[in-house]
Amino acid sequence: MFYFMKNQVNNKKFFIEYKTQKERDVLLTLTGDFIHFEDAVFKNNLLNILLNNNLKSLIIQADKLTSWDTTLTSFLYRIIKFCQSKNIIIKYENIPDELTKLLQLALTVDRKPVQPTENKVSFLEDIGEKSIFIFQTIKKGMSFIQETLFSFGRLFKKKAVVRFVDFISVMNECGPKALLIVSLISFMVGLILAFVGSIQLKLFGAEIYVASLVTIGMIRIMGAIMAGIIMSGRTGASYAASIGTMQVNEELDALKTMGISVIDFLVLPRILSLIITMPILVMLADFMGILGGAFVGIALLNIPSSEYFKYAIDAFGLTNFLVGIFHGFIFGFIIAICGCYYGINSGKNADSVGLATTKAVVSSIVWMIVLTGLITWAFSVMGI
Amino acid sequence: MKITTQNEKLSVHNLTMGYGNFILQKNMNFSVNKGDVFIVMGGSGCGKSSLLKVLTGLIPPLKGNVYIDGINFTKADEITQKEMMKKVGILYQSGALFSSMTLAENIALPLTQYTSYSKETIKDIVSLKLALVGLTGFENFYPSEISGGMKKRAGLARALALDPHIVYFDEPSAGLDPVSSKLLDDLILNINQSLGTTMIVVTHELSSIFAIGNNSIFLDAETKQIIAQGNPKELLKNPPNETVYNFLTRGKTEHVQKT
Repeated sequence: MFYFMKNQVNNKKFFIEYKTQKERDVLLTLTGDFIHFEDAVFKNNLLNILLNNNLKSLIIQADKLTSWDTTLTSFLYRIIKFCQSKNIIIKYENIPDELTKLLQLALTVDRKPVQPTENKVSFLEDIGEKSIFIFQTIKKGMSFIQETLFSFGRLFKKKAVVRFVDFISVMNECGPKALLIVSLISFMVGLILAFVGSIQLKLFGAEIYVASLVTIGMIRIMGAIMAGIIMSGRTGASYAASIGTMQVNEELDALKTMGISVIDFLVLPRILSLIITMPILVMLADFMGILGGAFVGIALLNIPSSEYFKYAIDAFGLTNFLVGIFHGFIFGFIIAICGCYYGINSGKNADSVGLATTKAVVSSIVWMIVLTGLITWAFSVMGI
Repeated sequence: MKITTQNEKLSVHNLTMGYGNFILQKNMNFSVNKGDVFIVMGGSGCGKSSLLKVLTGLIPPLKGNVYIDGINFTKADEITQKEMMKKVGILYQSGALFSSMTLAENIALPLTQYTSYSKETIKDIVSLKLALVGLTGFENFYPSEISGGMKKRAGLARALALDPHIVYFDEPSAGLDPVSSKLLDDLILNINQSLGTTMIVVTHELSSIFAIGNNSIFLDAETKQIIAQGNPKELLKNPPNETVYNFLTRGKTEHVQKT
């Protein structure tokens, strides 16, 4: 009985021939190229013959074998394992040395992968460990903020090592280069606010109050939040990634062993840049948001522009504006702290830098929202 | 203070190091003489690089002390440690040059941090240090613009900026081709001979170990102890145990089986 098929890769022909030689022997002849060879039907046929005819031995002959790869080894491995389990004797004839070595390797390798032992912890232990972890994370975060405040102290005493060039370059990154994206997003948010607001206000014939709604909304909080979210994704992430990469490259270790404070050298210029630029970006966001609202009011709701801006200016309160700026200042600090903290505490591989970036962005946004809630509550209690 | 021999630069007493409950090496005792090129060798994961971190104060040891010039470095307060680190230079595995600074700025950083030299003097020192490592004229290059071997040499120039008494090397040959690796070895020897600097080199590169080392310790990951001390060439001639022999001969176990 012959088995014959075309090689799938380079169109050369190969075949395996198996025939019953003596009464209880099977001869398996390998001829030609066995590259990318996989044929389950053939293998099962062969196994069936070996199983059903109560055979005594299998002879594997390979004198005309020209080339092969691991797929042939895998095929032979399965056949040999099967024969071993059924006590069928295998005889090898003219098997090339290299193939013999590969087969030996395949047969000696323990096929069962070792399972790494897992430390099983009880439910209570798990809760305990997690509580300790949370407590330590909070402690670590607080001491980072404390260290940063000390660093500001050193800056005022002119004892901190800060490179002016670094400060300018970081400032450029989070200031001028962010203007366009902040403008665009704030314009769109103003537009959306006006649009959504107008649908409700139309019901009362009070479309004109769209101007007040957008102005108050933007300057009090929306401008700051939008600028904060954009800067968190843009600058906070970049802080975490760049400092994290420095951790991977051992640059942080080098700074520490040189006796230079990492906080002074890397964190301080970044925090300074953001707390200076964020209030300015918030002002821009306020302005662009009002413009976005005006676009909807004037172009779509047909409110006369003089009327629209009159209402907008009337709604523009200094307190609201300052509250927005204050938020911007706080947000700048949070974004920079989160970015730098996760960058410095990043592990030393590519994955951990990615993780640090994600944590920086997520935590800064969460903290911004939490603090907005607290500040809003505090201001409402104070009547601001 | 601790009584030391006049020639002793650094000594380690009953040092146990690790992370949390995981112990890397225990009860380490060794000392490094002035002007030695001291090799810390051992297989991967035995704690060579961590030892370097303990010696430079980046991680605290679990137990034991490190003395530099007879002063306890481990127990010293932050200010004293900083003061002691001025006399120490480190070449990190990747060079650890600050990517946002030129080579000149990198080398000038420890000088501006610790000295009140004028800009001119700093510029001269930077040029000299770059010349010392064969990088004359590369002052205004950024680390990303030079090759791996050059980065290591620039890192060495930065480590040498303050004329340190001890220079630590973390796997200097890692990632280098054989020629660059040999160049770096020659450089280490040259600097050691001309400036008398004590060098502590963490490596598992056999050719480097025999070329530059005149004293060594061997850390074993299995027993978590130092299992050999002495000149690497002597250790090869009279290996104290099979592990050390296998390491120094790339696993030629026949010798031990025969003897």
